Amino acid sequence: MNIDQIKKEFPIFDNKVQNNDLVYLDSANSSQKPRIVIDRIYDFYSKEFSNVGRSVHYLAVAATNLYEQTRTSVQKYINASDKNEIVFTKGATEAINLVANTFGQKYLDEGDEVLITELEHHSNYVPWHFLRKSKKINIEFAEVNDQGEVTLEEIKKKITDRTKIICVTHLSNVTGAILPIKEIVNFAHSKGIPVLVDGCQGAPHLKLDMQDLDCDFYAISGHKMYGPTGIGVLYAKKKWLEDLPPYQGGGGMIREVKKKGISYGELPNKYEAGTMATAQVIAFNESIKFLEKIGIENIEKHEKELLDYAVELLGKNNSVNIIGNPKNKGGVISFTIEGIHPHDIATILDEDGVAIRAGHHCCQILHEKLGLPATARASFGVYNTKDDIDQLNKSINNCKKIFNLK
Amino acid sequence: MNLKELYQEIILEHGKNPRNLRKTDNFTRDAKGNNPLCGDNVHIYLKLNDNNKVEDISFEGNGCAITMASASIMTDLVRGKEEKEVKEIVTDFLDMIKEKDELNTQLLSEDEKTKLMCLSGVKQYPMRVKCATLSWHTLTSAMNNSKEIASTED
Repeated sequence: MNIDQIKKEFPIFDNKVQNNDLVYLDSANSSQKPRIVIDRIYDFYSKEFSNVGRSVHYLAVAATNLYEQTRTSVQKYINASDKNEIVFTKGATEAINLVANTFGQKYLDEGDEVLITELEHHSNYVPWHFLRKSKKINIEFAEVNDQGEVTLEEIKKKITDRTKIICVTHLSNVTGAILPIKEIVNFAHSKGIPVLVDGCQGAPHLKLDMQDLDCDFYAISGHKMYGPTGIGVLYAKKKWLEDLPPYQGGGGMIREVKKKGISYGELPNKYEAGTMATAQVIAFNESIKFLEKIGIENIEKHEKELLDYAVELLGKNNSVNIIGNPKNKGGVISFTIEGIHPHDIATILDEDGVAIRAGHHCCQILHEKLGLPATARASFGVYNTKDDIDQLNKSINNCKKIFNLK
Repeated sequence: MNLKELYQEIILEHGKNPRNLRKTDNFTRDAKGNNPLCGDNVHIYLKLNDNNKVEDISFEGNGCAITMASASIMTDLVRGKEEKEVKEIVTDFLDMIKEKDELNTQLLSEDEKTKLMCLSGVKQYPMRVKCATLSWHTLTSAMNNSKEIASTED
Protein backbone atom coordinates (compact mmCIF):
# COMPACT_ATOMS: atom_id res chain seq x y z
CA MET A 1 0.00 0.00 0.00
CA ASN A 2 1.51 3.27 -1.14
CA ILE A 3 0.33 6.02 1.20
CA ASP A 4 1.86 8.82 -0.86
CA GLN A 5 -0.16 7.59 -3.81
CA ILE A 6 -3.33 7.31 -1.73
CA LYS A 7 -2.83 10.75 -0.25
CA LYS A 8 -2.66 12.20 -3.78
CA GLU A 9 -6.23 11.02 -4.29
CA PHE A 10 -7.37 13.57 -1.67
CA PRO A 11 -7.45 17.09 -3.17
CA ILE A 12 -7.52 18.72 0.29
CA PHE A 13 -3.83 17.90 0.68
CA ASP A 14 -2.94 19.86 -2.48
CA ASN A 15 -3.55 23.12 -0.67
CA LYS A 16 -1.69 24.77 2.16
CA VAL A 17 -3.52 25.54 5.38
CA GLN A 18 -2.28 28.84 6.79
CA ASN A 19 0.93 28.32 4.77
CA ASN A 20 1.50 24.86 6.20
CA ASP A 21 1.08 21.38 4.83
CA LEU A 22 -2.08 19.98 6.34
CA VAL A 23 -1.51 17.35 9.02
CA TYR A 24 -5.05 16.08 9.38
CA LEU A 25 -5.51 14.17 12.62
CA ASP A 26 -9.25 14.58 13.04
CA SER A 27 -10.64 11.68 11.03
CA ALA A 28 -12.64 10.32 13.98
CA ASN A 29 -14.59 13.55 13.69
CA SER A 30 -14.87 13.42 9.90
CA SER A 31 -12.59 12.03 7.23
CA GLN A 32 -11.37 13.88 4.16
CA LYS A 33 -12.83 12.96 0.78
CA PRO A 34 -11.07 11.34 -2.17
CA ARG A 35 -11.45 12.97 -5.57
CA ILE A 36 -13.70 10.21 -6.93
CA VAL A 37 -16.30 10.96 -4.25
CA ILE A 38 -16.18 14.71 -4.85
CA ASP A 39 -16.32 14.26 -8.63
CA ARG A 40 -19.20 11.85 -8.36
CA ILE A 41 -21.37 14.47 -6.69
CA TYR A 42 -20.47 17.02 -9.36
CA ASP A 43 -21.08 14.57 -12.20
CA PHE A 44 -24.37 13.37 -10.81
CA TYR A 45 -25.73 16.89 -10.45
CA SER A 46 -24.28 17.97 -13.82
CA LYS A 47 -25.29 15.06 -16.01
CA GLU A 48 -27.57 12.61 -14.27
CA PHE A 49 -29.70 14.36 -11.71
CA SER A 50 -33.24 13.33 -11.00
CA ASN A 51 -35.15 12.36 -7.90
CA VAL A 52 -35.33 8.64 -7.33
CA GLY A 53 -38.12 6.10 -6.98
CA ARG A 54 -40.96 8.22 -8.30
CA SER A 55 -40.99 9.26 -11.96
CA VAL A 56 -40.71 6.94 -14.94
CA HIS A 57 -38.58 9.14 -17.18
CA TYR A 58 -35.12 8.10 -18.24
CA LEU A 59 -33.17 10.18 -15.70
CA ALA A 60 -35.38 9.06 -12.82
CA VAL A 61 -34.92 5.41 -13.66
CA ALA A 62 -31.17 5.79 -14.08
CA ALA A 63 -30.85 7.72 -10.78
CA THR A 64 -32.95 5.10 -8.99
CA ASN A 65 -30.68 2.37 -10.28
CA LEU A 66 -27.58 4.24 -9.09
CA TYR A 67 -29.15 4.84 -5.71
CA GLU A 68 -30.00 1.17 -5.35
CA GLN A 69 -26.52 0.17 -6.49
CA THR A 70 -25.13 1.87 -3.38
CA ARG A 71 -27.49 -0.17 -1.27
CA THR A 72 -26.15 -3.35 -2.84
CA SER A 73 -22.55 -2.17 -2.43
CA VAL A 74 -23.10 -1.45 1.27
CA GLN A 75 -24.81 -4.80 1.72
CA LYS A 76 -21.82 -6.59 0.23
CA TYR A 77 -19.31 -4.43 2.07
CA ILE A 78 -20.75 -5.26 5.47
CA ASN A 79 -21.89 -8.75 4.44
CA ALA A 80 -25.54 -8.27 5.28
CA SER A 81 -27.71 -11.14 4.14
CA ASP A 82 -30.29 -8.99 2.35
CA LYS A 83 -30.07 -5.66 0.57
CA ASN A 84 -33.30 -4.57 2.24
CA GLU A 85 -31.49 -4.64 5.57
CA ILE A 86 -29.72 -1.45 4.46
CA VAL A 87 -31.62 1.75 5.31
CA PHE A 88 -30.19 5.10 4.28
CA THR A 89 -30.37 7.88 6.87
CA LYS A 90 -28.89 11.33 7.19
CA GLY A 91 -26.21 9.94 9.44
CA ALA A 92 -25.48 7.49 12.24
CA THR A 93 -27.30 9.83 14.64
CA GLU A 94 -30.52 9.44 12.67
CA ALA A 95 -29.95 5.70 12.43
CA ILE A 96 -29.82 5.42 16.24
CA ASN A 97 -32.76 7.80 16.67
CA LEU A 98 -34.73 5.62 14.27
CA VAL A 99 -34.16 2.55 16.42
CA ALA A 100 -34.69 4.32 19.75
CA ASN A 101 -37.93 5.80 18.47
CA THR A 102 -39.45 2.73 16.82
CA PHE A 103 -38.12 0.07 19.18
CA GLY A 104 -38.99 2.32 22.11
CA GLN A 105 -42.53 2.78 20.84
CA LYS A 106 -43.16 -0.89 20.43
CA TYR A 107 -41.10 -2.65 23.08
CA LEU A 108 -40.26 -0.32 25.96
CA ASP A 109 -42.49 0.29 28.93
CA GLU A 110 -42.20 1.88 32.34
CA GLY A 111 -39.35 0.38 34.36
CA ASP A 112 -37.69 -1.29 31.39
CA GLU A 113 -33.95 -0.86 31.06
CA VAL A 114 -31.75 0.15 28.18
CA LEU A 115 -28.14 -0.82 28.82
CA ILE A 116 -25.51 1.46 27.29
CA THR A 117 -21.88 2.08 28.26
CA GLU A 118 -19.93 4.98 29.69
CA LEU A 119 -18.00 5.10 26.43
CA GLU A 120 -21.02 6.08 24.36
CA HIS A 121 -21.10 9.13 22.16
CA HIS A 122 -24.01 11.45 22.96
CA SER A 123 -25.74 10.12 19.86
CA ASN A 124 -26.06 6.71 21.53
CA TYR A 125 -27.31 8.14 24.81
CA VAL A 126 -29.53 11.16 24.14
CA PRO A 127 -31.98 9.33 21.82
CA TRP A 128 -32.52 6.77 24.61
CA HIS A 129 -32.77 9.54 27.19
CA PHE A 130 -35.88 10.84 25.40
CA LEU A 131 -37.57 7.59 26.39
CA ARG A 132 -36.89 8.24 30.06
CA LYS A 133 -39.51 10.97 29.84
CA SER A 134 -41.94 9.57 27.32
CA LYS A 135 -41.85 5.94 28.48
CA LYS A 136 -40.37 6.22 31.98
CA ILE A 137 -37.63 3.75 31.15
CA ASN A 138 -34.28 3.53 32.97
CA ILE A 139 -30.87 3.78 31.39
CA GLU A 140 -28.09 1.69 32.88
CA PHE A 141 -24.41 2.30 32.20
CA ALA A 142 -21.82 -0.44 31.84
CA GLU A 143 -18.71 1.09 33.38
CA VAL A 144 -15.41 1.76 31.74
CA ASN A 145 -12.35 0.22 33.44
CA ASP A 146 -8.96 1.82 34.13
CA GLN A 147 -7.75 0.87 30.66
CA GLY A 148 -10.61 2.75 29.01
CA GLU A 149 -12.42 -0.42 27.96
CA VAL A 150 -15.82 -1.93 28.64
CA THR A 151 -15.53 -5.68 29.08
CA LEU A 152 -17.98 -8.47 28.39
CA GLU A 153 -17.98 -9.26 32.12
CA GLU A 154 -19.06 -5.70 32.93
CA ILE A 155 -21.89 -5.92 30.39
CA LYS A 156 -22.98 -9.26 31.87
CA LYS A 157 -22.98 -7.73 35.33
CA LYS A 158 -25.34 -4.94 34.30
CA ILE A 159 -27.91 -7.10 32.54
CA THR A 160 -31.10 -7.62 34.52
CA ASP A 161 -34.43 -9.21 33.69
CA ARG A 162 -35.63 -5.70 32.75
CA THR A 163 -32.90 -5.15 30.13
CA LYS A 164 -34.68 -4.79 26.80
CA ILE A 165 -31.86 -3.68 24.50
CA ILE A 166 -28.08 -3.24 24.75
CA CYS A 167 -26.49 -0.33 22.87
CA VAL A 168 -22.72 -0.25 22.59
CA THR A 169 -20.05 1.43 20.56
CA HIS A 170 -17.86 -0.73 18.34
CA LEU A 171 -14.80 1.48 18.79
CA SER A 172 -14.57 4.30 21.32
CA ASN A 173 -13.95 7.71 19.76
CA VAL A 174 -12.03 8.73 22.89
CA THR A 175 -9.99 5.80 24.21
CA GLY A 176 -9.95 3.85 20.96
CA ALA A 177 -11.14 0.71 22.77
CA ILE A 178 -12.56 -1.92 20.44
CA LEU A 179 -15.38 -3.73 22.23
CA PRO A 180 -15.88 -7.50 21.99
CA ILE A 181 -19.08 -7.09 20.00
CA LYS A 182 -19.42 -10.67 18.87
CA GLU A 183 -19.17 -11.96 22.42
CA ILE A 184 -21.54 -9.30 23.74
CA VAL A 185 -24.09 -10.15 21.05
CA ASN A 186 -23.71 -13.84 21.71
CA PHE A 187 -24.35 -13.43 25.41
CA ALA A 188 -27.18 -10.91 24.95
CA HIS A 189 -28.94 -13.21 22.51
CA SER A 190 -28.68 -16.07 24.97
CA LYS A 191 -30.82 -13.85 27.21
CA GLY A 192 -33.10 -12.85 24.35
CA ILE A 193 -31.85 -9.25 24.30
CA PRO A 194 -31.18 -7.45 20.99
CA VAL A 195 -27.99 -5.41 20.48
CA LEU A 196 -27.47 -2.11 18.70
CA VAL A 197 -23.90 -1.24 17.74
CA ASP A 198 -22.78 2.34 17.15
CA GLY A 199 -20.41 1.67 14.26
CA CYS A 200 -19.34 5.26 13.55
CA GLN A 201 -15.72 4.51 14.35
CA GLY A 202 -15.91 0.81 13.55
CA ALA A 203 -17.04 1.04 9.94
CA PRO A 204 -14.16 3.20 8.61
CA HIS A 205 -11.44 1.18 10.31
CA LEU A 206 -12.49 -2.43 10.88
CA LYS A 207 -13.57 -5.29 8.69
CA LEU A 208 -17.32 -5.67 9.02
CA ASP A 209 -19.36 -8.82 8.66
CA MET A 210 -22.91 -8.43 9.88
CA GLN A 211 -23.72 -12.12 9.56
CA ASP A 212 -20.71 -12.99 11.67
CA LEU A 213 -21.22 -10.21 14.26
CA ASP A 214 -24.91 -11.14 14.38
CA CYS A 215 -25.91 -7.81 15.97
CA ASP A 216 -29.48 -6.64 15.47
CA PHE A 217 -28.70 -3.03 14.51
CA TYR A 218 -25.51 -1.37 13.30
CA ALA A 219 -25.30 2.39 12.74
CA ILE A 220 -22.85 3.77 10.17
CA SER A 221 -21.75 7.31 9.40
CA GLY A 222 -20.90 7.99 5.74
CA HIS A 223 -18.77 11.06 6.25
CA LYS A 224 -16.34 9.21 8.51
CA MET A 225 -15.86 6.60 5.75
CA TYR A 226 -14.38 9.00 3.18
CA GLY A 227 -17.94 9.68 2.02
CA PRO A 228 -20.12 12.79 1.81
CA THR A 229 -21.85 14.38 4.79
CA GLY A 230 -25.60 13.91 5.09
CA ILE A 231 -25.52 10.18 4.59
CA GLY A 232 -25.56 7.31 7.02
CA VAL A 233 -26.70 3.73 7.09
CA LEU A 234 -28.78 1.76 9.49
CA TYR A 235 -28.17 -1.93 9.12
CA ALA A 236 -30.97 -3.85 10.82
CA LYS A 237 -31.95 -7.46 10.65
CA LYS A 238 -34.89 -7.86 8.32
CA LYS A 239 -37.10 -9.27 11.05
CA TRP A 240 -36.76 -5.99 12.96
CA LEU A 241 -37.40 -3.74 9.98
CA GLU A 242 -40.52 -5.73 9.17
CA ASP A 243 -41.65 -5.78 12.77
CA LEU A 244 -41.00 -2.21 13.95
CA PRO A 245 -43.31 0.69 13.10
CA PRO A 246 -42.25 3.32 10.55
CA TYR A 247 -40.11 6.23 11.77
CA GLN A 248 -40.90 9.32 9.72
CA GLY A 249 -44.02 9.71 7.64
CA GLY A 250 -44.11 11.25 4.19
CA GLY A 251 -43.76 10.53 0.51
CA GLY A 252 -42.07 7.37 -0.63
CA MET A 253 -42.73 5.33 2.50
CA ILE A 254 -46.41 4.57 1.88
CA ARG A 255 -48.36 1.98 -0.05
CA GLU A 256 -51.78 3.55 0.00
CA VAL A 257 -53.11 6.71 1.59
CA LYS A 258 -56.83 7.15 2.24
CA LYS A 259 -58.75 9.56 4.43
CA LYS A 260 -59.57 6.73 6.75
CA GLY A 261 -56.31 4.86 6.81
CA ILE A 262 -52.78 4.50 5.51
CA SER A 263 -50.73 1.45 4.69
CA TYR A 264 -46.98 1.56 4.53
CA GLY A 265 -44.56 0.56 1.82
CA GLU A 266 -42.29 -2.45 1.66
CA LEU A 267 -38.67 -2.42 2.74
CA PRO A 268 -36.52 -0.47 2.34
CA ASN A 269 -38.99 2.31 1.39
CA LYS A 270 -40.78 2.03 4.72
CA TYR A 271 -37.91 3.82 6.46
CA GLU A 272 -36.91 6.27 3.73
CA ALA A 273 -39.56 8.97 3.83
CA GLY A 274 -39.21 12.06 1.68
CA THR A 275 -36.50 12.89 -0.80
CA MET A 276 -33.32 11.30 0.41
CA ALA A 277 -29.76 12.63 0.10
CA THR A 278 -29.67 11.21 -3.41
CA ALA A 279 -26.36 12.61 -4.63
CA GLN A 280 -24.65 11.70 -1.37
CA VAL A 281 -25.93 8.15 -1.46
CA ILE A 282 -24.74 7.74 -5.03
CA ALA A 283 -21.33 9.26 -4.19
CA PHE A 284 -21.09 7.04 -1.13
CA ASN A 285 -20.79 4.11 -3.51
CA GLU A 286 -17.45 5.59 -4.58
CA SER A 287 -16.30 5.65 -0.93
CA ILE A 288 -17.09 1.96 -0.67
CA LYS A 289 -15.19 1.30 -3.89
CA PHE A 290 -12.28 3.35 -2.56
CA LEU A 291 -12.17 1.29 0.64
CA GLU A 292 -12.49 -1.95 -1.30
CA LYS A 293 -9.71 -0.98 -3.69
CA ILE A 294 -7.25 -0.45 -0.83
CA GLY A 295 -8.65 -3.27 1.27
CA ILE A 296 -9.88 -2.71 4.81
CA GLU A 297 -7.34 -5.22 6.15
CA ASN A 298 -4.56 -3.03 4.73
CA ILE A 299 -6.11 0.07 6.25
CA GLU A 300 -6.37 -1.64 9.64
CA LYS A 301 -2.73 -2.70 9.45
CA HIS A 302 -1.56 0.76 8.41
CA GLU A 303 -3.50 2.52 11.15
CA LYS A 304 -2.24 0.04 13.74
CA GLU A 305 1.33 0.84 12.73
CA LEU A 306 0.61 4.55 13.06
CA LEU A 307 -1.01 3.98 16.43
CA ASP A 308 1.91 1.96 17.81
CA TYR A 309 4.34 4.57 16.54
CA ALA A 310 2.34 7.44 18.06
CA VAL A 311 1.83 5.71 21.41
CA GLU A 312 5.56 5.10 21.65
CA LEU A 313 6.57 8.61 20.57
CA LEU A 314 4.02 10.50 22.69
CA GLY A 315 4.58 8.07 25.56
CA LYS A 316 8.20 9.22 25.67
CA ASN A 317 7.18 12.87 25.67
CA ASN A 318 7.23 14.26 29.21
CA SER A 319 3.96 15.61 30.50
CA VAL A 320 1.88 13.97 27.75
CA ASN A 321 -0.68 11.71 29.35
CA ILE A 322 -2.46 9.26 27.04
CA ILE A 323 -6.04 8.48 28.09
CA GLY A 324 -6.70 4.76 28.41
CA ASN A 325 -4.65 1.79 27.40
CA PRO A 326 -7.07 -0.74 25.89
CA LYS A 327 -5.68 -4.07 24.76
CA ASN A 328 -7.61 -3.82 21.54
CA LYS A 329 -7.31 -0.26 20.28
CA GLY A 330 -8.14 1.62 17.07
CA GLY A 331 -6.37 4.68 15.63
CA VAL A 332 -7.45 7.22 18.23
CA ILE A 333 -5.24 8.85 20.86
CA SER A 334 -6.77 11.17 23.42
CA PHE A 335 -4.30 12.94 25.62
CA THR A 336 -3.72 15.76 28.05
CA ILE A 337 -0.64 17.80 28.82
CA GLU A 338 -0.16 18.71 32.45
CA GLY A 339 -0.55 22.48 32.70
CA ILE A 340 -2.02 23.17 29.25
CA HIS A 341 -5.73 23.07 28.55
CA PRO A 342 -6.69 20.99 25.48
CA HIS A 343 -8.17 24.04 23.71
CA ASP A 344 -4.90 25.83 24.01
CA ILE A 345 -3.12 22.75 22.66
CA ALA A 346 -5.48 22.64 19.68
CA THR A 347 -5.00 26.33 18.86
CA ILE A 348 -1.22 26.09 19.05
CA LEU A 349 -1.09 22.89 16.97
CA ASP A 350 -3.36 24.48 14.40
CA GLU A 351 -0.77 27.18 13.84
CA ASP A 352 1.51 24.43 12.46
CA GLY A 353 -1.24 23.02 10.26
CA VAL A 354 -1.89 20.17 12.68
CA ALA A 355 -5.66 19.63 12.93
CA ILE A 356 -6.77 17.81 16.07
CA ARG A 357 -9.90 18.01 18.18
CA ALA A 358 -10.14 19.32 21.72
CA GLY A 359 -13.10 19.08 24.07
CA HIS A 360 -15.28 16.30 25.35
CA HIS A 361 -15.75 14.73 21.88
CA CYS A 362 -19.49 14.38 22.57
CA CYS A 363 -18.66 12.01 25.44
CA GLN A 364 -19.36 14.01 28.58
CA ILE A 365 -20.28 10.92 30.60
CA LEU A 366 -16.85 9.42 29.94
CA HIS A 367 -15.03 12.68 30.64
CA GLU A 368 -16.87 13.09 33.91
CA LYS A 369 -15.75 9.59 34.84
CA LEU A 370 -12.18 10.43 33.88
CA GLY A 371 -12.42 13.61 35.93
CA LEU A 372 -11.38 15.66 32.92
CA PRO A 373 -13.52 18.42 31.42
CA ALA A 374 -11.72 18.04 28.12
CA THR A 375 -9.01 16.13 26.28
CA ALA A 376 -7.05 16.66 23.09
CA ARG A 377 -7.50 13.96 20.46
CA ALA A 378 -5.49 12.88 17.45
CA SER A 379 -7.21 10.34 15.21
CA PHE A 380 -5.94 8.65 12.08
CA GLY A 381 -7.14 7.94 8.58
CA VAL A 382 -5.73 6.04 5.65
CA TYR A 383 -3.84 9.14 4.41
CA ASN A 384 -1.80 9.69 7.58
CA THR A 385 1.91 8.96 7.75
CA LYS A 386 4.57 8.68 10.41
CA ASP A 387 5.69 12.15 9.32
CA ASP A 388 2.32 13.44 10.51
CA ILE A 389 2.94 11.93 13.92
CA ASP A 390 6.45 13.38 14.06
CA GLN A 391 4.92 16.78 13.30
CA LEU A 392 2.30 16.23 16.01
CA ASN A 393 5.04 15.53 18.52
CA LYS A 394 7.05 18.53 17.36
CA SER A 395 4.03 20.81 17.70
CA ILE A 396 3.29 19.43 21.16
CA ASN A 397 6.83 20.42 22.09
CA ASN A 398 6.11 23.89 20.79
CA CYS A 399 3.04 24.06 23.08
CA LYS A 400 5.22 23.18 26.01
CA LYS A 401 7.69 25.86 25.02
CA ILE A 402 5.00 28.55 24.78
CA PHE A 403 3.67 27.52 28.18
CA ASN A 404 7.16 27.38 29.65
CA LEU A 405 6.97 23.66 30.38
CA LYS A 406 9.90 21.29 30.34
CA MET B 1 -1.55 35.42 12.92
CA ASN B 2 0.62 35.30 15.93
CA LEU B 3 0.52 32.90 18.84
CA LYS B 4 2.71 35.23 20.86
CA GLU B 5 -0.05 37.84 20.71
CA LEU B 6 -2.62 35.33 21.88
CA TYR B 7 -0.51 33.80 24.61
CA GLN B 8 1.16 36.86 26.09
CA GLU B 9 3.02 36.37 29.35
CA ILE B 10 0.30 38.08 31.30
CA ILE B 11 -2.35 35.67 29.93
CA LEU B 12 -0.18 32.65 30.70
CA GLU B 13 0.50 33.93 34.17
CA HIS B 14 -3.17 34.66 34.99
CA GLY B 15 -4.15 31.37 33.34
CA LYS B 16 -1.77 29.47 35.55
CA ASN B 17 -2.47 31.37 38.75
CA PRO B 18 -5.95 32.83 38.42
CA ARG B 19 -6.83 35.57 40.91
CA ASN B 20 -10.07 35.31 42.87
CA LEU B 21 -10.54 31.63 42.06
CA ARG B 22 -12.65 30.87 45.11
CA LYS B 23 -16.15 31.37 46.43
CA THR B 24 -17.10 34.64 48.13
CA ASP B 25 -18.60 34.23 51.59
CA ASN B 26 -22.08 35.68 51.86
CA PHE B 27 -22.26 36.58 48.18
CA THR B 28 -25.36 38.57 47.24
CA ARG B 29 -25.58 37.63 43.58
CA ASP B 30 -24.22 34.86 41.42
CA ALA B 31 -24.58 33.31 37.99
CA LYS B 32 -23.28 30.34 36.07
CA GLY B 33 -22.07 30.45 32.51
CA ASN B 34 -20.92 27.86 30.08
CA ASN B 35 -19.67 27.48 26.57
CA PRO B 36 -21.61 24.46 25.30
CA LEU B 37 -19.28 23.89 22.37
CA CYS B 38 -16.16 23.34 24.42
CA GLY B 39 -17.53 22.62 27.89
CA ASP B 40 -15.80 25.54 29.62
CA ASN B 41 -17.77 26.80 32.60
CA VAL B 42 -17.57 29.55 35.19
CA HIS B 43 -19.59 30.47 38.24
CA ILE B 44 -19.32 34.09 39.32
CA TYR B 45 -20.02 35.21 42.90
CA LEU B 46 -20.65 38.83 43.64
CA LYS B 47 -21.03 40.72 46.89
CA LEU B 48 -22.45 44.22 46.56
CA ASN B 49 -22.44 46.51 49.60
CA ASP B 50 -25.18 48.94 50.62
CA ASN B 51 -23.88 51.52 48.15
CA ASN B 52 -24.13 49.00 45.32
CA LYS B 53 -20.37 48.77 45.12
CA VAL B 54 -18.59 45.49 44.42
CA GLU B 55 -17.19 44.59 47.81
CA ASP B 56 -15.98 41.22 46.60
CA ILE B 57 -16.07 39.17 43.43
CA SER B 58 -14.79 35.66 42.83
CA PHE B 59 -15.23 32.76 40.46
CA GLU B 60 -15.08 29.01 40.22
CA GLY B 61 -14.80 26.98 37.06
CA ASN B 62 -12.43 25.54 34.58
CA GLY B 63 -11.36 26.22 31.07
CA CYS B 64 -8.47 27.08 28.83
CA ALA B 65 -5.79 29.66 29.56
CA ILE B 66 -7.83 32.38 27.84
CA THR B 67 -11.02 31.63 29.78
CA MET B 68 -9.21 31.52 33.09
CA ALA B 69 -7.07 34.59 32.42
CA SER B 70 -10.05 36.60 31.29
CA ALA B 71 -12.04 35.75 34.43
CA SER B 72 -8.99 36.44 36.57
CA ILE B 73 -8.27 39.86 35.09
CA MET B 74 -11.95 40.82 35.02
CA THR B 75 -12.55 40.00 38.68
CA ASP B 76 -9.50 42.05 39.64
CA LEU B 77 -10.65 45.10 37.68
CA VAL B 78 -14.25 45.40 38.81
CA ARG B 79 -13.66 45.13 42.54
CA GLY B 80 -14.60 48.43 44.20
CA LYS B 81 -16.62 49.63 41.20
CA GLU B 82 -20.27 50.62 41.40
CA GLU B 83 -22.88 48.50 39.68
CA LYS B 84 -23.35 51.07 36.91
CA GLU B 85 -19.60 51.30 36.40
CA VAL B 86 -19.26 47.54 36.16
CA LYS B 87 -21.85 47.49 33.41
CA GLU B 88 -20.00 50.20 31.51
CA ILE B 89 -16.71 48.30 31.74
CA VAL B 90 -18.35 45.05 30.60
CA THR B 91 -19.95 46.76 27.60
CA ASP B 92 -16.69 48.48 26.70
CA PHE B 93 -14.74 45.21 26.87
CA LEU B 94 -17.27 43.25 24.80
CA ASP B 95 -17.36 46.05 22.18
CA MET B 96 -13.57 45.96 22.00
CA ILE B 97 -13.50 42.18 21.53
CA LYS B 98 -16.23 42.41 18.92
CA GLU B 99 -15.18 45.38 16.80
CA LYS B 100 -13.47 48.38 18.36
CA ASP B 101 -9.71 48.80 18.31
CA GLU B 102 -9.44 50.07 21.85
CA LEU B 103 -11.16 50.55 25.17
CA ASN B 104 -12.91 53.90 25.68
CA THR B 105 -14.02 53.78 29.29
CA GLN B 106 -12.64 56.40 31.66
CA LEU B 107 -13.23 54.08 34.60
CA LEU B 108 -10.01 52.12 34.13
CA SER B 109 -6.44 53.32 34.38
CA GLU B 110 -4.08 53.03 31.43
CA ASP B 111 -2.35 50.13 33.17
CA GLU B 112 -5.63 48.33 33.64
CA LYS B 113 -6.57 48.93 30.02
CA THR B 114 -3.23 47.57 28.86
CA LYS B 115 -3.86 44.44 30.87
CA LEU B 116 -7.28 43.97 29.31
CA MET B 117 -5.97 44.66 25.83
CA CYS B 118 -3.78 41.57 26.24
CA LEU B 119 -6.97 39.62 25.62
CA SER B 120 -7.51 41.30 22.24
CA GLY B 121 -5.29 38.66 20.62
CA VAL B 122 -8.36 36.39 20.43
CA LYS B 123 -9.80 38.60 17.70
CA GLN B 124 -7.59 36.75 15.26
CA TYR B 125 -8.96 33.42 16.49
CA PRO B 126 -12.74 33.56 16.02
CA MET B 127 -13.26 30.19 17.74
CA ARG B 128 -11.52 31.49 20.83
CA VAL B 129 -13.42 34.77 21.22
CA LYS B 130 -15.97 32.95 23.36
CA CYS B 131 -13.26 31.88 25.77
CA ALA B 132 -12.44 35.54 26.40
CA THR B 133 -16.05 36.65 26.74
CA LEU B 134 -17.56 33.82 28.82
CA SER B 135 -16.86 35.29 32.25
CA TRP B 136 -18.01 38.75 31.12
CA HIS B 137 -21.38 37.47 29.92
CA THR B 138 -21.67 35.59 33.18
CA LEU B 139 -20.87 38.72 35.17
CA THR B 140 -23.72 40.49 33.35
CA SER B 141 -26.05 37.65 34.35
CA ALA B 142 -24.87 37.89 37.93
CA MET B 143 -25.45 41.67 37.99
CA ASN B 144 -28.98 41.04 36.70
CA ASN B 145 -29.25 38.23 39.23
CA SER B 146 -30.38 36.03 36.37
CA LYS B 147 -31.18 32.46 37.19
CA GLU B 148 -30.54 31.42 33.63
CA ILE B 149 -27.15 29.99 32.76
CA ALA B 150 -25.22 32.53 30.70
CA SER B 151 -24.14 31.13 27.39
CA THR B 152 -21.67 32.19 24.79
CA GLU B 153 -24.25 31.05 22.22
CA ASP B 154 -26.77 33.77 21.39
